[in-house]
Amino acid sequence: MLTVTRDLLKYDGRFRVAFVFLVIIVIMALLTVVSPYDPKKTFMVPQDLPPSLEHPFGTNSRGQDLFWWMAFAVRNSLMLGIICAIVSRIIAIFVGMVAGYRGGVIDRILMSINDSFVVLPVLPILILLSFLLRGKMSLWMLGVLLGLFGWPWDGRLIRSQVLSLKERAFTRTAVYSGTTPLLITMREHLPFVLPVVFATTINNLLWSIGMEVTLSVLGLSDVTLPTIGTAIYRANQHQALVAGVWWWLGAPILIAVLLFLGLYLLFSSVNEFIDPRTRLRRIGA
Amino acid sequence: MRKFVLNYLIPRILQYFLVIFLGVTITFIIPRLSPVDPVEAQINRVMMSGSQVSPDAVISLREALTEMYGLEGSPLQQYFAFWGRLLRGDLGPSLATFPTPVTTLLARAMPWTFGLLMTSILISWIVGNILGALASYYEKNIPIQIVDVLSQAVRPIPYYIMALLLLVFFAYYWPIFPFSGAYPPGTQPNWSLSFALTVIRHSTLPLLSLVLIGVGGWFIGMKSLTSNIISEDYVVYAENAGLRKNRILSQYIMRNAMLPQITGLALQIGLIFSGALIMEVVFGYPGMGTLTFQAVMANDYSLIMGITLLSIIGVATMVLILDFIYPLFDPRVRHQ
Repeated sequence: MLTVTRDLLKYDGRFRVAFVFLVIIVIMALLTVVSPYDPKKTFMVPQDLPPSLEHPFGTNSRGQDLFWWMAFAVRNSLMLGIICAIVSRIIAIFVGMVAGYRGGVIDRILMSINDSFVVLPVLPILILLSFLLRGKMSLWMLGVLLGLFGWPWDGRLIRSQVLSLKERAFTRTAVYSGTTPLLITMREHLPFVLPVVFATTINNLLWSIGMEVTLSVLGLSDVTLPTIGTAIYRANQHQALVAGVWWWLGAPILIAVLLFLGLYLLFSSVNEFIDPRTRLRRIGA
Repeated sequence: MRKFVLNYLIPRILQYFLVIFLGVTITFIIPRLSPVDPVEAQINRVMMSGSQVSPDAVISLREALTEMYGLEGSPLQQYFAFWGRLLRGDLGPSLATFPTPVTTLLARAMPWTFGLLMTSILISWIVGNILGALASYYEKNIPIQIVDVLSQAVRPIPYYIMALLLLVFFAYYWPIFPFSGAYPPGTQPNWSLSFALTVIRHSTLPLLSLVLIGVGGWFIGMKSLTSNIISEDYVVYAENAGLRKNRILSQYIMRNAMLPQITGLALQIGLIFSGALIMEVVFGYPGMGTLTFQAVMANDYSLIMGITLLSIIGVATMVLILDFIYPLFDPRVRHQ
């Protein structure tokens, strides 16, 4: 892992940018441990101060220091993304590997369900769901729900990987030597699938954190919890732009752009790295 | 032809019905799993508003609401009744603007969203594909490299933030475009030229935000597809035969790289649709997204239900139409 990171840092400009952006984001999330303010408490600092050395992102109309509040927001948004990633990964790996390895009728059934989920417009369904649960939707629940809708793209990808792995000689050797299908998929195929899963996880994070922003902006998530989305929601609620408190909206947008761009560049860099042909071309071999 | 219908058309149509079946079933199950009883919540809201309601009126209200939410009888009966109403096109009255039927509100909002979505998908798909092909064919061209970097930088930004940024820059700090809506408040939509021009002016920013984010994805997809095709034998042959570069690019490379992009479009429509909904909220564009926002604000349950169902059917139908168009571009599917 370390050598991979070192190689990527050396040869890939995109990875360097992504690395810097994501390190900033992670440091912010970790800083919450030493935060001097509780994000739930209001009127701890003077209201509506523009960014300064003391308050790097300024303060909002609720008397909160935006830098520390955003630190909590980043942490919560990342948490949500990770919960969603874990849930959707489990479903995607299961569906993809079973469909790919078993083939036949099972494959066809699983893939038509998979394709239906790809086509379903998730946002209206999630709006309906969050609307009914308004005020009762915790971060965990939203993460799990997003996970239940966020697996089909990866399911198909994993299936196509397994389809080609199934035709390799080592699979046949394993089958002839009496290895059970469960062991073949878990021990022989999973290690090959994992790099792809890792790359698409980044994409999944982008998707779920973006979804949270969308739902929160509509006021449909737990708006008492700081996340990137609720930061925008709060700013809109207090008409930050009209009041001239542009930094209240600027802080979440800046963080969001850093996070999304960082994740996206990481994704495209890792995606190319996994494909050995482009990796060799890049290093110049 | 028989084979084409059996192997291509029939599975697509079955898939279409499966999507709608799954979507409608999910929409049916969700409210019933929720711990919130919509009837009680609605009654509470009426009682909280401070009006004096007699106990008898509450009972009849409860009955009326139970019937309207389709909560009568066993779950199975409810499920069939749900389908029955949906097939009759009856989505019930909107709660916030009682007794306007939900279908009337949807019919009013639909054309706006549909028009904007179609235009933006077409523009971003065409522009993204042409630029992507150019980018891998003329790898050393500086302007194209700049477009490459820019489109990659813009692509991951969530629709909402993109729309907000455009609004702040082009309507607030440098007000060259109107702040919100699809036409100035007070005007009646009509088919005159001047009205069409105002609509175009109002729609530019929403369109731009959808296109800017959309182009990047098609650009990258097309670029990697073309870079694989460029080294194919038939392209080398065409080059050695001395065909003009533009002809090779359009007829030999793009024609072949386009097919996966059409399939990609079918897979992306659900996502683009969701993006368009949220973009409308920012620009106050009078389509389905703004309607959704108003419904959420006004606690209009039946309207949200209607929007969800229509979205599922609409997106699935768009994908089916794309599947039907696909054979026109791929002769292999037609003649298999």
